[in-house]
Amino acid sequence: MSTHNSPNSDPQASQSQAGKTNLRNYGLVRWIDYRLPFVGFIEKDLIGYPEPKNLNYWWSFGSLAGITLLVMILSGIFLAMHYIPNTEMAFNSVESIMRDVNGGWLIRYIHMNGASLFFLVVYIHIFRGIYYGSYKSPRELLWIIGVVILLLMMATAFLGYVLPWGQMSFWGATVITNLFSAIPVIGTPITTWLWGGFGVGNPTLNRFFALHYLLPFVIIGVAMLHLLALRTHGSNNPLGIEVRSKADTIPFHPYYTVKDLFSLGVFAIVFAVLVFYMPNALGEPDNYKPANPLITPAHIVPEWYLLPFYAILRSIPSKLGGVLAMGGAIFMLFILPWLDRSRVRSCTFRPIYKVLFWVFVVDCLLLGYLGAKPPEGWYLIGSRLAAAWYFIHFLILTPLVGWFETPKPLPVSISLPVLPSTALPQEKH
Amino acid sequence: MQNAAKPIPAGPAQVPPQGAADQPDHSRRDFLTLATGAMTVVGVAAFVWPFINSMNPASDVLALSTTEVDLAPLKLGQALTVVWRGSPVFIRHRTPDEITAAAAVNLAELRDPETDAARVKKPQWLVMVGVCTHLGCVPLGQAPGDPKGEYGGWFCPCHGSQYDTAGRIRKGPAPQNLVIPPYVFETDTLIKIG
Repeated sequence: MSTHNSPNSDPQASQSQAGKTNLRNYGLVRWIDYRLPFVGFIEKDLIGYPEPKNLNYWWSFGSLAGITLLVMILSGIFLAMHYIPNTEMAFNSVESIMRDVNGGWLIRYIHMNGASLFFLVVYIHIFRGIYYGSYKSPRELLWIIGVVILLLMMATAFLGYVLPWGQMSFWGATVITNLFSAIPVIGTPITTWLWGGFGVGNPTLNRFFALHYLLPFVIIGVAMLHLLALRTHGSNNPLGIEVRSKADTIPFHPYYTVKDLFSLGVFAIVFAVLVFYMPNALGEPDNYKPANPLITPAHIVPEWYLLPFYAILRSIPSKLGGVLAMGGAIFMLFILPWLDRSRVRSCTFRPIYKVLFWVFVVDCLLLGYLGAKPPEGWYLIGSRLAAAWYFIHFLILTPLVGWFETPKPLPVSISLPVLPSTALPQEKH
Repeated sequence: MQNAAKPIPAGPAQVPPQGAADQPDHSRRDFLTLATGAMTVVGVAAFVWPFINSMNPASDVLALSTTEVDLAPLKLGQALTVVWRGSPVFIRHRTPDEITAAAAVNLAELRDPETDAARVKKPQWLVMVGVCTHLGCVPLGQAPGDPKGEYGGWFCPCHGSQYDTAGRIRKGPAPQNLVIPPYVFETDTLIKIG
């Protein structure tokens, strides 16, 4: 008797797999569910949802990203109760949160470090998708929606970083908004419009706060689309082959809820170490100086998660060119599903692309390192080479390898990853 | 369509006109749909614009657009930074050496060609917005100990742009010379910026 839940679960089946807690025995639950299928949704899409049975821990980062988003929204709402979006008071209100508000330091450190961890989790999630070919047909839109979420996250993080109104806040905002002035003809009117003045000032801070509050909820909406697209064809898996039968799947609950909970535990330990022992390790000391529009800090450095893109921006010796290259770096992710010509998804079976993948990871880390260094001498040469490799990887090597690489033979199914195909008849029982 | 099924006295003559009558009907409906759609777009745009425009500089921001500066205390070779519309404005009392250096530059070797004379009202007073035209940092070079770059003017610490003694871009990523704000000499030593 299979424990697997078919998509159109009849009450019997969902009862058996939902286990002892059969909510449908309660009249009120039945009454609601008939009108608003909430319990049905939980049973079908969360509890009994069939997942490939071979998912490894790299697949935990999707749920970790979702949980981090909720942590960010919750901590952010409480910060917003004490924060004042006015250039005269913003810096002091943040200091007041740190010193006067009960537990304010904890909430702010959670929010600050949560942003870093959100990016860490999402970057790992993205690299996992690249390694296992999760962007390939029929999951291209799932991937693209994910890249949209990444863009929204970057915008939100940038807006949020401006709010404490320290030196890095102010000058980071100045540099990033000035990127738009690189656009020919309409560039300057656009920057003036973004600022609501002739430079970053009070109107800028006020609207950044409004948008910083709005965008996370937009992210929730887009993440829902991400999940909807995910559920349409189900999760990819480390072998990169499609689920062929019920024998290839296990229900999400309890198997992956337990697995994700364990990952969450490890993640929470990392989070706690950051918040309680090194809360400012990832920040810039300059941001604890109040913003001063007349003095630019010696080194303007974005937060670590934007450094690779910043390195690409600075590696081009032209204003418009640098901005285009930085946008192009993200655009590469959008078109990746069509750049990769290989039909094999998982790097497990792609000996050459696997090497290229790891070189690419090193390249991204190198760009991050160089983005934090002054753009001169060897650092500048290094960031030009690393930026060139970034684009060569996507535009030349990824399509070429798809044509010329001979993949290793794929297994017959997830249940039979190593056995010869003669073992296939055992599939049904 | 149902009308066509009814036996109407017009008889056979009804059939060809019906097909013909369908055609004009469709194009009229298409026209109505398009016209309605176009009016909707215009209507929505008319209401979106005030919201977009509300993000442009407000009247009180625009009202702060002039600053008066007394130049009398500035000795030869000294510099002063004042705030105009929230941005720093650099004023340098240039030495004769700096003026000759700026005037002697061959325009062909400039990225943003401009003569020194076109950038000043009185040669000894250089007045310009102290915001790097690359990404908006404030260049160094106002205080005595600041690095002034290879051309004796200003040096932007963010991405290494270098400006000469007329504030013209000479090296680095910035595309343009430092901007000259509108200003007038109200007396010999009093200027009004804006």
